[in-house]
Amino acid sequence: MKAGLLRTLGIDPRLAALVATLGVIWLGLHALTDGAFLTPRNLWNLAAQTAVVGIMACGMVLVIVTRRIDLSVGSIAGCVGMVIAVLQVEMFAPGTWWNPWFTLAIGLAVGTAFGAAQGALNAVLGIPAFVVTLAGLLIFRGIAWLITSGRTVAPMDPTFQLLGGGFEGSIGGPASWAVGLVGVAALTGLRLAARRRQQGFGFTTRPLWAEAVTILLMAGFILGFVAVMNSYTRPRTDIVQGISIPVLVLIGVACALEWLARTRRFGRYVYAIGGNPEAARLAGVPSTRIIIGVFALMGFLAGLAGAVATARLNAGANSTGELAELSVIAAAVIGGTSLAGGSGTVVGAVLGALIMQSLDNGMVLLGLPSALRNVIIGVVLIVAVWADAVWRKRSGKAAEA
Amino acid sequence: MIVGKRLLGQAALGTILAGGAAFGQGARRLTVGVSWSNFQEERWRTDEAAIRATLTRAGAQYLSADAQANNTKQLADIEGLLTRGIGALIVLAQDARAIQPAIRRAQAEGIPVVGYDRLIEVGGVFYLTFDNIEVGRMQAREVLKLKPRGNYVLIKGSSADPNADFLAAGQREVLKPAIDAGAVRIVAEQYTDGWRPEVAQRNMEQILTAQNNNVDAVLAANDGTAGGAIAALAAQGLAGRVPVSGQDADHAALNRIALGTQTVSVWKDSRVLGARAAEIAVALAGGAAAAQVPGSAKWRSPGGVELDSILLTPVPIIRDNLGLVVEASWITRERLCRGVAAAEAPAACRG
Repeated sequence: MKAGLLRTLGIDPRLAALVATLGVIWLGLHALTDGAFLTPRNLWNLAAQTAVVGIMACGMVLVIVTRRIDLSVGSIAGCVGMVIAVLQVEMFAPGTWWNPWFTLAIGLAVGTAFGAAQGALNAVLGIPAFVVTLAGLLIFRGIAWLITSGRTVAPMDPTFQLLGGGFEGSIGGPASWAVGLVGVAALTGLRLAARRRQQGFGFTTRPLWAEAVTILLMAGFILGFVAVMNSYTRPRTDIVQGISIPVLVLIGVACALEWLARTRRFGRYVYAIGGNPEAARLAGVPSTRIIIGVFALMGFLAGLAGAVATARLNAGANSTGELAELSVIAAAVIGGTSLAGGSGTVVGAVLGALIMQSLDNGMVLLGLPSALRNVIIGVVLIVAVWADAVWRKRSGKAAEA
Repeated sequence: MIVGKRLLGQAALGTILAGGAAFGQGARRLTVGVSWSNFQEERWRTDEAAIRATLTRAGAQYLSADAQANNTKQLADIEGLLTRGIGALIVLAQDARAIQPAIRRAQAEGIPVVGYDRLIEVGGVFYLTFDNIEVGRMQAREVLKLKPRGNYVLIKGSSADPNADFLAAGQREVLKPAIDAGAVRIVAEQYTDGWRPEVAQRNMEQILTAQNNNVDAVLAANDGTAGGAIAALAAQGLAGRVPVSGQDADHAALNRIALGTQTVSVWKDSRVLGARAAEIAVALAGGAAAAQVPGSAKWRSPGGVELDSILLTPVPIIRDNLGLVVEASWITRERLCRGVAAAEAPAACRG
C-alpha cells in the first residue's frame, strides 16, 4: 500500500526509507538531549560538519558503482590541505587577493592528478583498485607529512577561511532564499520537462495530482531547509547566517554529480560498467577512459573536501582527513550504494553522510565518550546494510513474481 | 662484509654486557636502538635529531624503527632491534600495556630499557619524561589566572595515551580548590580520538551548542586540539575572549599566543629530552646502575611499580615570555609574529 503510493508519487522507496530513518534519529536525539538537537544552531552546525564527508561521498558513489573502491580519499584530502596551506601561508605573498584562489586551484589540480594517476594504474595496468588506493593512502599521507615534516601550518587567508563556514562564511538571508527558490524552480522545471518527454513518447504518465504532491513535498524540504538556516543568527547579533559556504559547496557538488550520473553519457557508462563490465566492453563503452575519469573526479572532490576541512580548521594539519575514507565509504553504503557495483545514488550518499554525522553530533551533545559513539555508529552501519539487503531480496522476488 | 663486521662487533658487545665490565671506548662501537611509536606526529623529528647528535658525540650508533601507530608492529620492531644486537633500547611506547612483553624480552637479554616520554610500567625500566602532571598543572594555572571563576571545558587527549589522563589529573588538581569553593564548574569533557584537531573542533562545536556558549575557559591537552577548539570558538566569535591552553609549543600555536587567541602553550624542549635519553642509554649500556644516573629519583607509577626516573620540568609559554622561544631558536621572530597588528603586539614582536 505504502510502496504503491510512493510509486505513484515517483519517489524512490529507499530514499524515502533513508529520510524516515533520519527523521527517527533526529526525533530520538532531540528527545534525549532535552531539545538541544533540533535547534537552528545545531542543524546549521550539523550541515557544516557533514560537508567534508558528504562532498567525498558523492564521488565515492560513482567509484563504488564501477565495482571499485578508493581508500585514498582521506589521505588526498590531507595532502591537498597541506599543499594549499604551505603555498598560501609560506610560499606566495600572503594577503593578496589572488593568493587564496590561486592556491585553491593548485590544490584541486593536485587532487585531480593524484586521482587520475590512480585511475590509470587501475584501468591501464590492471592493478586492483583496492591495492592502488591502499598504496595511495600511504603515499599521500606520507607526502602530507614530508611537506612540512609534520608541522602544522596556520593561520589561513581570511578569504580562504570563508570556504570553511565559521563566523562569516555564510551567504546571508536573501541569497539563501534565492538559492532555495532557484532550487524549487529547477526541480519543477525538470519534473515537468520529463513529464512532457514521456508524453511525447506515448508513455503513461503519473496523474497530475501526484506530480503536484511530489513537487510540493520537495519544495517544502528545500524551503524548510533554507528557513532553518536563516533562523540561525550570527552569535550575539541579529545578522542572519543563512546557508554556510561549505554546505553550498556540498549542495553544488551533489547537484552536479546527480546531473552527471543521470543525464550525461559519462554517467550512463559508469553504471553500465558497474552493472556488467563485459557487456559494457562489448557494447563499446570506453572503460579505460571512464574509469580514469571517475578516479580523477574522486581526487578532485577529495581535494575540495581537504580544502574545506583546512579552511574550517584554519590550519593545515597532516592528520586532516585521517580515517575519513571509512566514513565516506560508510556514508555511501548507508545511502544504498551496493558494494557489488552497478547501483547507488548521490542523494542517498549525502543522506548517509548526514545520518552518520547526526549520530556523532547528537551523541557529543549527550556527552557520550568517543568509544561508545564508535560502537553505536558501527552497529548502525551493519543494520543499514542488512536492511538494504533484505529490501533488495524482497523487491527482487516481487519483480520475478 | 659489512654485515659480518657488525655481527662481530655485536658479539663483542654482548660479552661486555654479560661480564658487566667496562672496556675502553675504542674497543667497541655501541649501538642504541630507538623504537618510535608514530613518526607521523610533528614533534618526534626534533627528538630524533637530538638523540642522534648526542649518540654520535658519544661515539655510539643510532638505529631506529617506526611502529606507525601500530602496537603489534612495535613488538616486532623491538624484536628486530634486539636481533640486530643493540646495547640499549629507547622506547616511545604506542600502547603502554601492549608493549610489555617486548620490554621483558629485552630485559631478559640484559638490554637496559629507557621508557621515553610515555610511561612503561615494568620494573627496571628507566622512565624519562617531562612531568606531564606538571604540564597539566601549568595549563590550569595560567588559565585560572585569567578566569578564576566560570564554566570550564576539558578537551582531553587520546584515551589510549596515559599522558592524556596525567594532563587531566594535573588540571583537576589545580582547579580543585576553585571547584570546591563553587567558583569553577567543569561543564563538559571529551577525549580526542588520535589527538586529531578536526575531532577536537567538532567536539568543541557540540559542547558550545549544548552549553549555549556559556563557556568561560577551555583546557585543551595540546596545541593540535587547542587549534581545533579555537576554530570552534572563532565560529561563535569567541576566539580571544575565552582562554585556551595547549602544549608542545607548535609554531602555529605560538603564533596564536602572539595573536591573542591562545593563552598558554607548555613548552617541553624535546631537544633536551632527546639528549638526556641518549646520555642515559649510553650510561646504562656501559654498565651504570639506574640509580647512579645523575638526577634520577625513585618514582612510583599509578600501577604501583617503582621506577628510576627523571621528570624534566617544562616551561609555560604565555604572551609575556614569548621571547624565550625566539632566543632558543625554536621559532623565528617572523614566523612567531605573522599577522600580529603592531598596536597589539606582545613585547617579543616589538624588538
